[in-house]
Amino acid sequence: MSTMLHEFFQYDFIRIALVAILLMTPMYGMVGTLVVEKKMAYFSDALGHSALTGIAVGVICQVVDSQVAMIGYAVVFALLLNQIRFRGKASTDTIISVCASVSLAAGLAILSRGGNFSNYASLLVGDVLSMSRKDLVMLLILLVIAVIYYIFCVNASLAVTIHPTLAKAKGYRVRLLENLFAVLVAVMVTLSIRWIGILLINALLILPAAASRNIASNMRQHLCLSIVFSVLSGLLGLFLSYFVNVATGPVIVIFAGILYFATLVYSAFVRE
Amino acid sequence: MRPCGLHCIKIKNFGVNFGDQVILSDVNLHIHCGTLTSIIGRNGAGKSTLIRGILGEIPHTGSLEFRNTEDGKIRKIRIGYVPQKLHVEPAAPISVYDMLTSFQGKVPAFLPSKKQRQIALEALEEFAAEDLIDKKVGMLSGGELQRVLLAMAVMDDPDLLLLDEPVSGIDKNGMDLFYEKMKYLKEHHDLAVVLVSHDLDYVARYSDQVILLDESVAASGTPKAVFTSEAFQNVFGGANYEFAKEIEA
Repeated sequence: MSTMLHEFFQYDFIRIALVAILLMTPMYGMVGTLVVEKKMAYFSDALGHSALTGIAVGVICQVVDSQVAMIGYAVVFALLLNQIRFRGKASTDTIISVCASVSLAAGLAILSRGGNFSNYASLLVGDVLSMSRKDLVMLLILLVIAVIYYIFCVNASLAVTIHPTLAKAKGYRVRLLENLFAVLVAVMVTLSIRWIGILLINALLILPAAASRNIASNMRQHLCLSIVFSVLSGLLGLFLSYFVNVATGPVIVIFAGILYFATLVYSAFVRE
Repeated sequence: MRPCGLHCIKIKNFGVNFGDQVILSDVNLHIHCGTLTSIIGRNGAGKSTLIRGILGEIPHTGSLEFRNTEDGKIRKIRIGYVPQKLHVEPAAPISVYDMLTSFQGKVPAFLPSKKQRQIALEALEEFAAEDLIDKKVGMLSGGELQRVLLAMAVMDDPDLLLLDEPVSGIDKNGMDLFYEKMKYLKEHHDLAVVLVSHDLDYVARYSDQVILLDESVAASGTPKAVFTSEAFQNVFGGANYEFAKEIEA
């Protein structure tokens, strides 16, 4: 075992990935609790898929840094989707689905021009072992912002979820808060896409929080368990994926999925 | 705290339109602190719309003034609101403490705070709901939820307490308790209670003022005056009701 760990830690890219997991997973566990309570799982999924379109827009506008293009597009897209949610006249999930599909199709069409899509295929799965130290700094800044948002806005976010009119009467600035949250989720999701992959990024946001929700009875337990589940899946996923030589993102999500079903069975068993 | 009787809330020329459709027009109300005002009317008369308009949830014309008759000053009104139901599913890990803290607390709901817990407990005690503090909000029964929501609404000393059909689905015993609680509130807190209700027996017995709404104010005044008015007979037909004054006599 110790030789295995020794081998594991001797590579710089593994050490960076480990730090990245330790920064990324608690952030996802924390913000995930709000995404789940606000019933925004589908919303964040649509944001993840919009990343490809962001790159496509970047290509057209000749933005050099694809990261900037992705984040910029995701923020605009998130605010647009929020606008649709506020109006709330037609079924929200249908409209989100329509917008996300059209946006994704446009992105795919542009990126596949001349048969070049394979250049971008790596984004679908992501690679956590490709991170640099600069990426870590960016993650750290994002984590700090997410923690600040959580501390100052969790009460208001919860209030809006429980009863929007009551929250408004209380004086909470509902729209501003919702927009800030959407932007935060958009930035988090798009920033992590290169490492976790478009197809699985939403799972990382939703599964630990959903697993925690199965057994938590108040917000403190919800938050703590979600962070624990998220970090645990992240670490186990990183170790196992290295030793069995598969992509890290999927293994992390598999572990989070196992935790989800375990808590589901546990809660059913306890409630019986 | 006893009601001072010096505050009043004036709603002037209040109107709400949805597109071309007029829901409410030219509604004028005058409500004093320490009183209970009931809003009655047929379905679709605009009762809930009036409440939502006062809350500022939907755009309206006209004005809402809060006046201190002692010095004639106008200041911003604090409104407490007890909704009919919440958007919380049974499985949601939101405890009563979490809800009270998210609306009224100064510390984030997930941080342990003895002081905040004490504040929440005291508020719940007034409505005999302190045992519910750690229960999930989604698991509360109708009566329990109502007591918790009342405790929460009273927490920041509102000038006006709005209740939209708060006792639907509660048995007679629960109804008696509820209206006694309303009486207690208007007598012990410095606030005015406005409630939308279908329970005409209780409205007759407990209200100080009754507003019969039908797009505008069709009749208003003491329960007896409104219940014997022609407008009332047209909507609800004739029946015998007991009024508070008669009971006292």
